[in-house]
Amino acid sequence: MKLNGAQILIQTLIEQGVSDVFGYPGGQVINIYDALYEYRDKINHVLTAHEQGAAHAADGYSRATGKVGVCIATSGPGATNLVTGIATAMLDSIPMVAITGNVPCSLIGKDSFQEIDITGVTLPITKHNYFVTDVNKLADTLREAFSLAKSGRPGPVLVDIPKDVQVASCEYERHAVVDKIPLPKVKQEYIERAAEMIKESQRPYVYIGGGAAGLGLGKEIVEFAGKIDGAIGCTFMGLSAVPQENERFLGMQGMHGHYASSMAQDEADLIIGLGVRFSDRATGNVAKFAKKSKIIQIDPDCAEINKNIRVDLGIVGDMRDAFKRIAMCCEKKSNPAWIARVNELKKQEEILEEEIAAASTVPLSPKQAFDIINELKPAKTVIATDVGQHQMWTAQYVKFDGPRRFASSGGLGTMGFGLGAAIGAYVATKDPVILITGDGSFGMNLNELATAVSYKIPLVIVLMNNGVLGMVRQWQTLFFGKRYSNTVLNRKTDFIALAKAFGAEGYRAETLVEFRRALTAALQDMKKGKTVLIDLRIDKDEMVLPMLPPGGAISDMITKV
Amino acid sequence: MEKSKFVIAVYVDNQAGVLTRVTGMFTRRGFNIDTVTGGETERSEYSRITIYMSGDDNVKEQMINQLRKLVVVKKVELLEEEAIKRELMLIKVKNDSVNRSEIMTAVDVFRASVIDYSPEGMCIEVTGNPSKIDAFVKLMEPFGILEMCRTGIVALDRGNITLFSKGK
Repeated sequence: MKLNGAQILIQTLIEQGVSDVFGYPGGQVINIYDALYEYRDKINHVLTAHEQGAAHAADGYSRATGKVGVCIATSGPGATNLVTGIATAMLDSIPMVAITGNVPCSLIGKDSFQEIDITGVTLPITKHNYFVTDVNKLADTLREAFSLAKSGRPGPVLVDIPKDVQVASCEYERHAVVDKIPLPKVKQEYIERAAEMIKESQRPYVYIGGGAAGLGLGKEIVEFAGKIDGAIGCTFMGLSAVPQENERFLGMQGMHGHYASSMAQDEADLIIGLGVRFSDRATGNVAKFAKKSKIIQIDPDCAEINKNIRVDLGIVGDMRDAFKRIAMCCEKKSNPAWIARVNELKKQEEILEEEIAAASTVPLSPKQAFDIINELKPAKTVIATDVGQHQMWTAQYVKFDGPRRFASSGGLGTMGFGLGAAIGAYVATKDPVILITGDGSFGMNLNELATAVSYKIPLVIVLMNNGVLGMVRQWQTLFFGKRYSNTVLNRKTDFIALAKAFGAEGYRAETLVEFRRALTAALQDMKKGKTVLIDLRIDKDEMVLPMLPPGGAISDMITKV
Repeated sequence: MEKSKFVIAVYVDNQAGVLTRVTGMFTRRGFNIDTVTGGETERSEYSRITIYMSGDDNVKEQMINQLRKLVVVKKVELLEEEAIKRELMLIKVKNDSVNRSEIMTAVDVFRASVIDYSPEGMCIEVTGNPSKIDAFVKLMEPFGILEMCRTGIVALDRGNITLFSKGK
């Protein structure tokens, strides 16, 4: 059938299995929005308050499901407003297709009204991007964009469509959903070498990253760790990949990681990395990282091998297949001394956590607040966060309800990510969503409260309000002689009144009893389709501990102040 | 780890913006490049980009792997150390009746050629591996170099090895 470019775009999105998109209209996407109107019974468009919110929503949508998230923005400022959202998705390898309109081809390069070279701008923060100049190539370009976004190491792809291409028409033929480009099967010799290294190891540490989190291998990983009698740790992005109640699971390692997890990694003689990239936040000082250990790294991305850390065995290819074959190839082992040591580390951690909680000032410590969240949160809850202290506490204390139940900006560390992502996660799953945020982060994109309320998104926002930019302030306390430059917010925002002004509910909590009451009420409101904010007051001097100072080694770990 | 100079050859899709995608990655990843050249190939759908750079084995490995990830890149290979490397230079040199014959001797010895001549400035074309070009520049310095322009290195492996036959 003959369609115009805008119709072809929407038809191709539908063809590729897209049921929801997030966006904001504008001059150079009017035709696209006209087509969205035409196909409104087949594709749901969520209008956000700001294009950045749309990009984060598409990202949260993807994190909660593994599907490709889609966002749409107009040319110029609309397109540049997507940038932080696209970069967030890039750094965390989240599949996303961003669609932008642009001025007609005849006006390109003339600094026309709302003209921006968005493919140039997003070159370093996309897997690939396209500027489509011919309507005949539009559908195939979009299909390629979807294929790229979800294949191999996933990531964002941008397609920029000038206005005249949206208007021009050509024949459109429906295609099937594009497949992922298959990753090469790992050669058997690598599998055997890995199995040999595992056999020789007496202190194995299975190290789970974001690349493994999406594969749904939690059960297999636990079985594998049992078979080789090893410990399991993870990166920030690998949280929620493995059932957390498992006794071998030590949690996140690294800068704000669990004591036992970081220590066990340091003492291991073999680290088996699954979809990890050895970021500076995970390794600290690379020269002193895992010095007693050999390293196996399995990843779909060849450039991750030996990028930050030299590994002893790099395995590139189909990670799921390679992992399963390695697990099969390994013999059952017993490492009683290692397990005893790991249990000892866990005991030390318990004592440490008690000390940290005891040092906390009344009326409530963050850990106590998270205990209540863990107790009250409904099954299958998606936890979204912003960035800062609240995010690290979430990583340390929340018991996640399985894979894809955690949406947080790890690599880019985007303050203002959470609210958009929470909206996206709800649209994708219709499951309960709790956003944990801070007063700094929330202030960045709180305009999306309007979106949450107008779409009746059942959402509980726990705003950990300490009146300061807590994480930067923590660094100032520890490393800058308490010179609190611009981290004391001194704002007079009444968050309850603010929530109500947007049409949401609001509760204030200053004690644990109040917080329990507020969260219980909020979860009831949420069931009725309401967006609720809890203004939870915490002390500004609370710190995230333990902490490895930036560039520090495991021996530099700060456990008390 | 020891640093060395090496050549990486890349086949890329012959389309607009490809060079930006490739060179943008160098800057982004902090690679230090000596020269980059690009041009048509025996296959009309591809261009060939030749990168001449230095670094240790880590840099070499990362460069190749990062190039492999670019969607427009179809094939990446490290060329052999003894690969044929050639660069072309146009160099405009001051000259007068006293030193002209000395310059002409150098042109002869380097198998260069004079391609434009006026009593005040002589334009010489030299081709060869980079060290030969460097040597010629040094030789011309005392006469006064008005302007010079180098293409950067192009290179092919020796024998019947081609980029597409490598790494298989």
